[in-house]
Amino acid sequence: MIQVSHLTKRYGDRTAVEDLTFTAESGLVYGFLGPNGAGKTTTMNILTGCLAATAGQVTIDGFDIFDQPAQAKARVGYLPEQPPLYTGMTVREYLSFVARAKGVKVAALDQDLERVMTVTGVTDVAERLIRNLSKGYRQRVGIAQALLGDPSVIILDEPTVGLDPLQIVEIRELIRSLGKDRTVILSSHILSEVQAVCDRVLMIHRGRLVASGTPAELESQFAGKITYRVTVKAGPLEVREALETVPGVGEILTRPDDAGRCALEVSVTDPAGDMDEKLSFALSDKRIPVLRLEREQASLEDVFLALTKDAGEQPESGKKKRRWRGGRRHESDL
Amino acid sequence: MRAIFERELDSLMNGLTGYVYGALMLLFGGIYVMAYHLEGSIDFTYVLFSMTFIFLIGIPLLTMRSVAEERHQKTDQLLYSLPLSMTRIVLGKYLALALVMAIPGLILGLYPLVVNALAESGAIPLKSAYGALIGFLFLGMALTAIGLFISSLMDNVGLAAGACFMVMLLLYFWTPLTGYISDSPAASLIAFGAAAAVFGIILWRLTRNGGFALVFTAVLEAALGVCFALWRTRFGGLFAEVVGKLAVFDRFDSFSYDIFDLRSIVYYISVTAVFLFLTVQSMERRRWAA
Repeated sequence: MIQVSHLTKRYGDRTAVEDLTFTAESGLVYGFLGPNGAGKTTTMNILTGCLAATAGQVTIDGFDIFDQPAQAKARVGYLPEQPPLYTGMTVREYLSFVARAKGVKVAALDQDLERVMTVTGVTDVAERLIRNLSKGYRQRVGIAQALLGDPSVIILDEPTVGLDPLQIVEIRELIRSLGKDRTVILSSHILSEVQAVCDRVLMIHRGRLVASGTPAELESQFAGKITYRVTVKAGPLEVREALETVPGVGEILTRPDDAGRCALEVSVTDPAGDMDEKLSFALSDKRIPVLRLEREQASLEDVFLALTKDAGEQPESGKKKRRWRGGRRHESDL
Repeated sequence: MRAIFERELDSLMNGLTGYVYGALMLLFGGIYVMAYHLEGSIDFTYVLFSMTFIFLIGIPLLTMRSVAEERHQKTDQLLYSLPLSMTRIVLGKYLALALVMAIPGLILGLYPLVVNALAESGAIPLKSAYGALIGFLFLGMALTAIGLFISSLMDNVGLAAGACFMVMLLLYFWTPLTGYISDSPAASLIAFGAAAAVFGIILWRLTRNGGFALVFTAVLEAALGVCFALWRTRFGGLFAEVVGKLAVFDRFDSFSYDIFDLRSIVYYISVTAVFLFLTVQSMERRRWAA
């Protein structure tokens, strides 16, 4: 478990991280999400004791990273943005060095090496010089290094950068399995990655924590109105008549076409109600054929874009633009 | 610490550094031994005295990579995240460097025996030869610590080598240079005052706290003024004396005059300790800045 309270880091008069407070529990994968320069790497460097904070406290399993660095650091595995690899060594030599430097007992060393090499899939290249490895393999060796000594907290700075799609899938699976009995924190500016891997999202913008929660929570919290996109085979008036009486339905926009179909945008005021069913039943009661019905909600990307826009801007104002951006999430298709 | 030591040793011996350094020392050691002893000299300390010049190239070559390379490759981040204190990391690195520095010196130690075995007349007095070799190794240890410190200030290996070579050169010619310092009390005062001001600027750059640095420097300057008013005559030549203490190479002279000077050994150990301490500080500083 890692507890961060009121963490602040200033470089001269530039503030990189400001009053950051959060707790990361064991058994969950946390994702730091933020645009480039948001303070993700700085925060991670502080969490791992590589950088001293200007103010605030970081404790790892109860050990303060500044006051008890040896105990705290022994519980953390860190993959920095650029994997710290000694390229003149073979993978096995390098991992063996890191394990010994981390204080892994000689008796347990070989077993620990085999374990991390197996889970990261670098056993095949164990005897090769790191300088001759591809970027993907180097990244894996970097992750392997972080896993040595079986730390309870694993911090990965952009772990999938530079990997090919297949490797990305593998590494994501690895991260998820690591997160089962450990605290894993990873940073990313790729939304789909955070959505796919993380149990909790910490959105950082300009050094501040602007939102946190599960991906679903964040989506619903910032969702505002939920809109249904419906296509029916009926005239606009007929449809309005059918839907206006349904409780929870707000504004209805209709767009008929020449083929007798009508595209609808139905705003919903009660997001909790079973609007999928209510809408389809209301239409079928009137014997109106439904060609398409889908629920549209703010995705993590929408939340991200809204939050990382200028802080002074109202969340509402970005909404019209947001609706037409990509990455929509469709929850039910009929 | 052992892991750091072994990795550093490994990188010195797997790269060319260790071998180039060893070859350099042994080559010139061989040339000097041959030259002096063919001329009929039986004084091995001459060889070592001449060899101190080779440190000017040897030490930068040996130490340039030690920290600068890690910084350049960003592997230093691993060192910072290890559950090891910076003192242990620096000590581990230093011990590996000192060992590689010492090995050619130890091989050099065989030469007097070889010369004595082959010599037809006049054997090398072994006591003074080995006394001087010990002094030579301690000199090397102190210089290695200085080189390590310089490397820890840089993130470019070439620059580290260049800066280290410059410092070594300056130290080599230290005593002749300090000869140019004026002996008058006023000149000493001005020189100390300037040194205090430079110290203040360094303090300001390091702490980024202008007020503190200013007050500290002012107090230092005032103290200097008071001391000058009280003991004016003591100031005569004092600056030259203090600066003269930094003549690392010249401390070796006494060994070449066949004197085993324990004070010089203590001096070299002190220089080593000071520069290792400074290296740790320079590494720790990175944790605070960026």
